[in-house]
Amino acid sequence: MQFMLLFSRQGKLRLQKWYVPLSDKERKKISRDLVQTILARKPKMCSFLEWRDLKIVYKRYASLYFCCAVEDQDNELITLEIIHRYVELLDKYFGSVCELDIIFNFEKAYFILDEFLLGGEAQETSKKNVLKAIEQADLLQEVHSVLLQFSAL
Amino acid sequence: MSDVVEKTLTALPSLLSLDSHPGSAKLSSTSKLGNLIRGITELTSKHEEEKLIQHELLAIKEQVSSPNTTMRQMKELMVRSIYCEMLGYEASFSYIHAIKLAQQGTVLEKRVGYLAVSLFLNESHELLLLLVNTVLKDLQSTNLIEVCMALTVVSQMFPKDMIPAILPLVEEKLNHPKEIIRRKAVLALYKFYLIAPNQVQHIHNKFRKALCDKDPGVMTASLHIYLQMIQENPDAYKDLTPSFVTILKQVVGGKLPMDFNYHTVPAPWLQIQLLRILALLGKNDQSTSEVMYEVLDESLRRAEMNHNITYAILYECVKCIYTIHPKSDLLEKAAKCIGNFVLSPKINLKYLGLKALTYVVQQDPKLALQHQMTIIECLDHPDLIIKRETLELLFRITNAQNVTVIVEKMLEFLCISEDDHTTIDLVGKVAELAEKYAPDNEWFIETMNTVFSLGGDMMQPDIPNSFLKLLSEGFDSVEEDRKLKLFAVNSYVPLLRGEPGKLPQRFLQVISWVLGEYSHLREDLEPAEVLSLLAKLLDMKNSSSETKSWVLMAMTKLCKGGTDASVTQEVSETYSSSLDTVLRQRAHELQYLSQDPELRARVLPRGANPETLEVDSSLSFLDRFVSEALAAGAAPYKPPHQRQEELDQSKALSLEPYGLSLPISMSSCSITDRQSPTLLSMSSGLSGDSADLSHKGGSSALKLDGVKRVWGREGYLAQREPVEEAAQVEVPSPIQSPGRQGEGDSLHSQTPTQTPTPEPEQEKQQLASSLFVGLASQSSVSLMGKSEPTPQRFRRKAKGQGPGSSFNASEQISSSLISPPSAVDNLLCNNLLDSNNASELAEQTSQLSQRLTTANGTCHTEAELTEPDTKGCNPALRRDNCVVAADPGPHDDPGRLTEVCLDSYLPAELSGLSHSEIAPLCANQSLNLSACHVQKEDSLILVVFIINSSESAIQQMLLQVDSEELEVSCLCDSPAGEMTSHSVAVGQYSLTVKRPAVHVEVVGTVSYQLPAGTSQSLQFSYKVPLTSFIRPFVVSTEEYGTMWLSFSHDTKQNLTLINDNQEPLTATLNALKKKLQLHVVEVIGMEGIVACRLLQDLPCLMHCRVNAGWLAVWLRSPVPDLPDCLIYHCQRALQSL
Repeated sequence: MQFMLLFSRQGKLRLQKWYVPLSDKERKKISRDLVQTILARKPKMCSFLEWRDLKIVYKRYASLYFCCAVEDQDNELITLEIIHRYVELLDKYFGSVCELDIIFNFEKAYFILDEFLLGGEAQETSKKNVLKAIEQADLLQEVHSVLLQFSAL
Repeated sequence: MSDVVEKTLTALPSLLSLDSHPGSAKLSSTSKLGNLIRGITELTSKHEEEKLIQHELLAIKEQVSSPNTTMRQMKELMVRSIYCEMLGYEASFSYIHAIKLAQQGTVLEKRVGYLAVSLFLNESHELLLLLVNTVLKDLQSTNLIEVCMALTVVSQMFPKDMIPAILPLVEEKLNHPKEIIRRKAVLALYKFYLIAPNQVQHIHNKFRKALCDKDPGVMTASLHIYLQMIQENPDAYKDLTPSFVTILKQVVGGKLPMDFNYHTVPAPWLQIQLLRILALLGKNDQSTSEVMYEVLDESLRRAEMNHNITYAILYECVKCIYTIHPKSDLLEKAAKCIGNFVLSPKINLKYLGLKALTYVVQQDPKLALQHQMTIIECLDHPDLIIKRETLELLFRITNAQNVTVIVEKMLEFLCISEDDHTTIDLVGKVAELAEKYAPDNEWFIETMNTVFSLGGDMMQPDIPNSFLKLLSEGFDSVEEDRKLKLFAVNSYVPLLRGEPGKLPQRFLQVISWVLGEYSHLREDLEPAEVLSLLAKLLDMKNSSSETKSWVLMAMTKLCKGGTDASVTQEVSETYSSSLDTVLRQRAHELQYLSQDPELRARVLPRGANPETLEVDSSLSFLDRFVSEALAAGAAPYKPPHQRQEELDQSKALSLEPYGLSLPISMSSCSITDRQSPTLLSMSSGLSGDSADLSHKGGSSALKLDGVKRVWGREGYLAQREPVEEAAQVEVPSPIQSPGRQGEGDSLHSQTPTQTPTPEPEQEKQQLASSLFVGLASQSSVSLMGKSEPTPQRFRRKAKGQGPGSSFNASEQISSSLISPPSAVDNLLCNNLLDSNNASELAEQTSQLSQRLTTANGTCHTEAELTEPDTKGCNPALRRDNCVVAADPGPHDDPGRLTEVCLDSYLPAELSGLSHSEIAPLCANQSLNLSACHVQKEDSLILVVFIINSSESAIQQMLLQVDSEELEVSCLCDSPAGEMTSHSVAVGQYSLTVKRPAVHVEVVGTVSYQLPAGTSQSLQFSYKVPLTSFIRPFVVSTEEYGTMWLSFSHDTKQNLTLINDNQEPLTATLNALKKKLQLHVVEVIGMEGIVACRLLQDLPCLMHCRVNAGWLAVWLRSPVPDLPDCLIYHCQRALQSL
């Protein structure tokens, strides 16, 4: 996978992850182009797009668009399911996730993504294992803040 | 009731973990990030947003650089910077602080620091070097989370030159006891392999170890590396084929832990990865392909659920089957599969179907014929993406007969497409088709005109180049030659008379060249007029200087002095003072040559054959100059790549201090690696370089490779006839000629001769017959890439020779494997089956048998209960002879035993019960095996029929039945041994599930001796759906409630509701009840609870709720895999309605 973008129906970027080295300018141009193209598409249309020499796979969940760029020989359907599994992970973590969860806790969304996809490849596809890894780190946070409170007392 | 239960249960984990889930904006609403976000949403204009963010960035900037800022605050500041960057505002001042945070923060602050770094920087950013020491430290940390974070960032980005510094540490992690660390280490090595393959060459054997890891996740991760390596050099990994096949077999057979299931499909990502690897390995290799046929067939068969994920697997399967050495029955199945895709109403599947069709149509053009009407429909699809893919498909099936229609469709699409990339691609394809299959001059020139005007200045420069080359080289027939050129001239003059300002520059260049060379062929055209037309181009504002120089050259060729002199004089005067040196030179040339006709005739002879010109591309005439310069002490020439290499090398060396903490052997090893290519290219002095140049020169000017040249010695006249035939379009097209069978069947049903059809339908069919004409007749099909006996004047050098040297090393490594393939296999088998280990099994069996004694003490179960443990551990012990030799009875024609006959052999006590169809299992010359299963209330009986179809008796027959997922117990203890000719023996087995799977399988062997004394055996397998083991489970609502809480394994999924006029919930539940034998406990409003049990007594509870048009189903059971399997069958049951 080359990159993943999350953006709202209004075209606001909510998450961006680049797995190929690109300059800031290129990144901006690509996301602007893609957001425009995808928002212009009608709901019943195909979830795949040919864009430059890449294949774009996108899907809309409520008010959010999830969009991935893969190489031409990659399997579009499995990419669609990668998106879906990511949504499932977010949903399980946040408990029926909504756009606000991702806006306000975008760093968490990134952590989950990093446990799921690493360097553009599916790293761990078991839902349980991904969330276990995240929760372990999160638990540390709680212990940490409890300790801090104690030390403040 | 259950709603409440559900709520409490989902809340439970978060309560336990001190509320680690901040419920949406609850926690953050008071934070500064929260304020910022809300501030932005309240704004109305972009301008205001900009102001607010700039203000925010200033505040962040001030704070991050303050020495009093704690790391905790820094973490918060970084999150805000990330947010600002995401909105498109630059916060580069914070990059260095992100690195600092990763370096100095506590674990959690570090986590944000690393995240910020991975989002802010990219691989080539120089600040990344500052991260190396931090990564080094964290890799050595005892805190697992720190190690994980370091590996995560390394797998995303790492400076290439610094890999040696951390490589030993990452390698070490491959032996880490935690699988998550091993997995991340493998992915980090994958990343290294991608950016610097020679750095990781020495650890190829460790990749093998990762492939054999006992954790499926680590094994999956290693496949990324293998896919990459096999892509580059499939031959080096052929020995792994059986291992990959074994893994795939196990995955497909559901042997992985349920965690890896995705919507009840076992590890789909892994399956697809393996299929891709197998495709690469089996390509053009019959013996390797043969190893995988069986598993491919199995994959096709298993992927039957109607869900995207199964289609993803099927698609990959089909691709694999068409890539490897063909096998006819697999191809047939794959073709059927493609049909399902193409005909699907779902647009995504349709798209993939077209894509698959495009892929396979090169091997099997008949497939396109089968789907011609669908293809025609897709051609008019409102979604451009579908249309585009259809054109791609048509491109592959183009031949001399349908070229006009297909090119017309492509040009139509070009007119509406706005995407540059598509335009460039399609224009290239049209040009290619036009050159290959053009039916006549007029069509060719007109098509190319459209190509030039639509393609504009974006198209590949080789299109006009090869067009001009084609025009200038011409054919052997002088007359044809002249006609083509004349036609070109004729079509260009009106274009220039019209509005040349609208034409793209490239087209104008082509026009001026053609007019310069060939306008004299048209006798009624005065050179003066052409000159003035060309001069007009010079005056146009948007003409580029390149175009102008083409125009000036054309004018140089045309001017004859006399009346033309005034125009040329004026032009040359204007441009002889141009700032553009090329233009100035052309203007001077024009000036001199127009005044000296003799010189002009020598320099620019009319009608000269361009090939007589010889260019000394090796620049050998400079050799003396070079050797003199070298003698005088000049440095020898180095090609650019070598200079770059040396530059990199010096850069790598200067950074040595960072590598201090690494073992010395490592760094020195990598440096020698790096040097080797340099040493190789060192010798490429003058001669090597000039050879390179000449090769380049040849290929850039004339890119005609792979292009079939119909403009050969015979001209294209030979192909005119079939074209004219095609133009008539009507019924007697070659498709229908009766001489062709085989492909005929599907065709005839679709050809347009039948009943009178409505107008648009007829149009479509006409289009179809003109599009697919010539496809069926093998003789005229010209498959791209397939052996075409066309002489190609310019052959590209065989590729792949160059980088070969780097593969040798990898081959050596793989041949010095630590574990031979068989050991690999064993390891894999053992490890992948860990959910199946013996202790768990024994426990399950004893549990099960205890229940059995309490529940129902039927005779057959008691027989087993005596030694339940031995059964679990060693099923071979109790494989007695348990075959009932039935009376053969009077049989006239035993060779053709039908089902009806076998029915009568069903044991009397089973004959009244419902049984499955008696299915043939296997057969050989002497034996015929069939089986069915009988559903009793409290058990499932497998009945195996053995028919001796030979003319002689067989001896010492022994039937053994066993299963991995099932308990198999023999019901009747009857001696087998001898079977007379044409007799039937019946074996009965009671089956119970020990480990649920979607389908369970019984395998068996019959061994026997022929009278001659030779012993033989016959193996078979029999599949039983899990549903046969499901029985209704009658409980009260209260009992249900208590049980629900005590069961630990669950799964949830949405199922489709049946929507007939009655209440959808009841309808759906009733359907499930009927199909799967469930017991509906109670229905309350929009909720329903259902219970069933798996034989003998393993309960599974189901809670259903209607939610937004779906049936949300939640299954619970004390048995691990039961809910997942059951949900699969529910899905199937509802789909089959």
